Amino acid sequence: MDKGKAVMGAGRRWAVDFSDQSTVPSSRDILDPPGFSRASPEQDDSATSRQKKDAEATWKLQKAWEVAQSPFKNLMMMGFMMWMAGNTVHLFSIGITFSALWQPLSALQSVGKIFEPFKDNKVELLMPKLVFLALNLGGLALGIWKLNTLGLLPTHASDWVSSLPPPQEVEHSGGGFAFH
Amino acid sequence: MAIRVSLLLLVFLSSAVVSFSLYEDQVGLMDWHQRYIGKVKHAVFHTQKAGRKRVIVSTEENVVASLDLRHGEIFWRHVLGTNDAIDGVDIALGKYVITLSSQGSTLRAWNLPDGQMVWETSLHSAQSSKSLLSVPINLKVDKDYPILVFGGGYLHAVSAIDGEVLWKKDFTAEGFEVQRVLQPPESSIIYVLGFLHSSEAVVYQIDSKTGEVVAQKSMVFPGGFSGAISSVSSDKVVVLDSTRSILVTIGFLDGDINFQKTPISDLVENSGNAEILSPLLSNMLAVKVNKRTIFVRVGGEGKLEVVDSLSDETAMSDSLPVADDQVAFASAHHEGSKIQLMVKLVDDLDTVLLRESIEMDQHRGHVDKVFINNYIKTDRSNGFRALIVMEDHSLLLLQQGAIVWSREEGLASVTDVTTAELPVEKDGVSVAKVEHTLVDWLKGHMLKLKGSLLLASPEDVAAIQEMRMKSSGRSKLTRDHNGFRKLFIALTRAGKLFALHTGDGRIVWSMLLNSPTKSEACERPSGINLYQWQVPHHHAMDENPSVLVVGRCGSDSSAPGVLSFVDVYTGKEISSSDIGHSVVRVMPLPFTDSTEQRLHLIADTEGHIHLYPKTSEALSIFQREFQNVYWYTVEGDDGIIRGQGMKSSCAGETADEYCFTTKELWTVVFPSESEKIISTLTRKPNEVVHTQAKVSTDQDLLYKYVSRNLLFVATVSPKGAGEIGSVTPEESALVVYLIDTITGRILHRLSHQGCQGPVHAVFSENWVVYHYFNLRAHKHEVTVVEIYDQSRAENKNVWKLVLGKHNLTAPISSYSRPEMFTKSQSYFFAQSVKTIAVTSTAKGITSKQLLIGTIGDQILALDKRFVDPRRTLNPSQAEKEEGIIPLTDSLPIIPQSYITHSLKVEGLRGIVTAPAKLESTTHVFAYGVDLFYTRLAPSKTYDSLTDDFSYALLLITIVALVAAIYITWVVSEKKELSEKWR
Repeated sequence: MDKGKAVMGAGRRWAVDFSDQSTVPSSRDILDPPGFSRASPEQDDSATSRQKKDAEATWKLQKAWEVAQSPFKNLMMMGFMMWMAGNTVHLFSIGITFSALWQPLSALQSVGKIFEPFKDNKVELLMPKLVFLALNLGGLALGIWKLNTLGLLPTHASDWVSSLPPPQEVEHSGGGFAFH
Repeated sequence: MAIRVSLLLLVFLSSAVVSFSLYEDQVGLMDWHQRYIGKVKHAVFHTQKAGRKRVIVSTEENVVASLDLRHGEIFWRHVLGTNDAIDGVDIALGKYVITLSSQGSTLRAWNLPDGQMVWETSLHSAQSSKSLLSVPINLKVDKDYPILVFGGGYLHAVSAIDGEVLWKKDFTAEGFEVQRVLQPPESSIIYVLGFLHSSEAVVYQIDSKTGEVVAQKSMVFPGGFSGAISSVSSDKVVVLDSTRSILVTIGFLDGDINFQKTPISDLVENSGNAEILSPLLSNMLAVKVNKRTIFVRVGGEGKLEVVDSLSDETAMSDSLPVADDQVAFASAHHEGSKIQLMVKLVDDLDTVLLRESIEMDQHRGHVDKVFINNYIKTDRSNGFRALIVMEDHSLLLLQQGAIVWSREEGLASVTDVTTAELPVEKDGVSVAKVEHTLVDWLKGHMLKLKGSLLLASPEDVAAIQEMRMKSSGRSKLTRDHNGFRKLFIALTRAGKLFALHTGDGRIVWSMLLNSPTKSEACERPSGINLYQWQVPHHHAMDENPSVLVVGRCGSDSSAPGVLSFVDVYTGKEISSSDIGHSVVRVMPLPFTDSTEQRLHLIADTEGHIHLYPKTSEALSIFQREFQNVYWYTVEGDDGIIRGQGMKSSCAGETADEYCFTTKELWTVVFPSESEKIISTLTRKPNEVVHTQAKVSTDQDLLYKYVSRNLLFVATVSPKGAGEIGSVTPEESALVVYLIDTITGRILHRLSHQGCQGPVHAVFSENWVVYHYFNLRAHKHEVTVVEIYDQSRAENKNVWKLVLGKHNLTAPISSYSRPEMFTKSQSYFFAQSVKTIAVTSTAKGITSKQLLIGTIGDQILALDKRFVDPRRTLNPSQAEKEEGIIPLTDSLPIIPQSYITHSLKVEGLRGIVTAPAKLESTTHVFAYGVDLFYTRLAPSKTYDSLTDDFSYALLLITIVALVAAIYITWVVSEKKELSEKWR
């Protein structure tokens, strides 16, 4: 995140609005509407800033997409780690599986926070968010699948029966050889 | 790759066989071992002036032992086999202990100081007869000292030096039974007196050098003799005639035989049947008549006169030569709570050499036997020491009016064992005590730490060991949190109850069973079995737990029964009752009344069932379950198993409303020409099973068929019922059955051709493991049978199980005829077995171990995993992970898994297991001639830290870690600061 911020900060400092040059002549060709005063500096400012904002929005969208796609790399790595861990229950495989479960979960929890910097009226963040969610859910599914292959999910009948005590018997009997 | 390797390593480690064993310094921490010898039959004193004073005893448990006369410790001991009963014991040549056993067919000599066997001679025996051992004191034949042995119809003279048979005389043809071998001093002729067909007295004069008969005289006595004989002098014996009313004096001086008859009515008035008592007294005999013991002196011409009479509870010793040709004997009898020990001269009964009165615990009963020995005091007078055997089989040495030592030999013949809890600890531990223990605790842990860091000096090691022995109040008389402290209640053959503490094996209390009515017919009931009568835990907590002792007045099965209720905390009898009917079988019911008294049913010989306790509450509880109570009887001789149901109250015959009749429901008849029942077994009624499901590797589910109403029956062909190897493999077959005792349905039948008993089996949960002999392979085999319920196998829908829509825990009836299937597997086992038991834990979660009492009187703990029918030659990876061991043809005997380590439980007869409160742990108590106790954790103590755990080390580690963290933090702070200033 730090890196991302640094990039953004640098972007702000060095943004050069090249489109300003092109828009000004075109606006001079056309007559201003009645009551419109070109002299007002705010107007001029807003135009440039809007253009600025536009550029920023596209940039943000781009970044948002990047962020949205980032879990994919994670997913691949997790897959590899899981393959390495094997299918037996021990410290290593348990650790990997739980981190595989935890990462998507924490990511899902903080979806809003992650996309906060890209929040903008103009930026359509729904799609990146959905992709992000889907990828993380995929990661979660992978973790659960791993949990299952480790046999830690109660998906078998045996998991539900093993704690059942033997049934009571209706009849009682006794006897045997006579004492001698 | 490293991960994979480590994974493989892990798998390998987890599937490696974990063997149970302990370190040398752990011996005696949890286990204890007590050595006994049993009820003494004969005792021979050996008090050589120089040597250590000792007494040689032979016992009813077939033990020959040498005891220290000062402390009663065992110098050496040999336990002969169960079929090798000792007939006689004596000392020859002053250095050998001679024992005659197996009905006079085995003669052995043991070295007196250390008990090593010097020689053993098997004597030829043609028929079973009484046997006789005679070690003549001054008979010498060509530098050899012959021992005369009669047994099996032969008279043997055996050299005392090397056990060689010098000569033998065959008496089998005549049917001659030797009664006495007498040897006049200074003569090489021995007189052998015996009876022919119990009616003819025969005297042989035999040359002791060659064994040739020099002369023979016989005389017919018309009335016939009745067996017991008393030799009063070197030429006279007295015997009873067959009507037991006439004493016959047989004189055989110089080879002539003469009879002299004296009716007992001449000696005592109103005489009934008489009985000659065993003590050997010179010129006198003791006769028991009219519940009195009379002493009869035999005059010179065979004239008899009564010189004294004593109460019949008097025990007498053999006569013992004292100084100046005088002969003395001892008698002991009870007077109130004391016993009177008297030593008198035989010739002059008024001369009392010793009169002692000794306070005696009344729970020892009356005196059974007395053995006497004299010694010379410092003032040159005679001193006497008496070895007495009490009614409870205990052995005591009396000397100078005090009990020098005592041995509780009753514990060598334990017949039944049950467990009991100790009382709950009351509060009120003083602060001072806590502080004291805290200091002790710290010191102890510092010592342990030293020990674990290998810094301890030898003294420290000794201190650690001692501390461990005494540790954590393991012998306290209160319940502990883990349930390690418990009482084992043992019933002995003498009818005595002992409560043994699991911590150190000491006797907490003991109690001799009393007849409630004190009637003559039933002076002392014999105990049959023990049951837990009252185990308060939920309510009725203020009541003490109690055990029920079912006993019987007399030896035959129709004798009236006696119930005795004994408080476990105090060892006092709460009550006892003559129940007025016989006791054939007892069934504890799984119901208790409001005071937690367990309901018991007792069957009598007439086929009636009696309910106990006799309260209306118990009756109403029983009436509710009346239709669901069933009986089965096994008639071993006829090969029939009968099942019965409750029919009605037997109000028609008796007014007793607690008496019920039964109706026969089913019979299983085994063909008598091919099958004979040799063993039956059921599950222990108090066994706890944790789950009904067995999960196999691929998450497949099997439902165990767990039922208390299953009977395991083993039969062999009648020919094969004898000893191993007495039949050819073709002639013998072993068949085992699993029979439902409610419906009589045979659930499983398995036949082993060419196999033979004896069968030792153990039945737990849904499996039976049994041990037998395979005649074809000439090896012992162990087979496991596991029973599964096929009709439950459909319950595999996860969703139904999740939602609880199943009937797996609904009560089931045997009449629903569930479908079974079994899995079984057989293995060779290298040892023959005396008994098998299985560990039991509080919740039944811990895996089980078989406890195999081997022929060497040791106990082997074998994981149940070794007898698992799912074992295959090449288990898959998943199966290996699950702990399935590759199939081998024989079961391994790992020396480290002997739980008795270096000890032997001589004469091992039974193993009892009881759960501790801690799920991982089980109590194991083994009894035979010896007693052994230990605590086992079949899956290791996974739920507690071991005693060895060093808390001090843990504390020090934590402190060191905290210190290290602090120091590194300070260092890093400083470094950072200097970095910033740069």
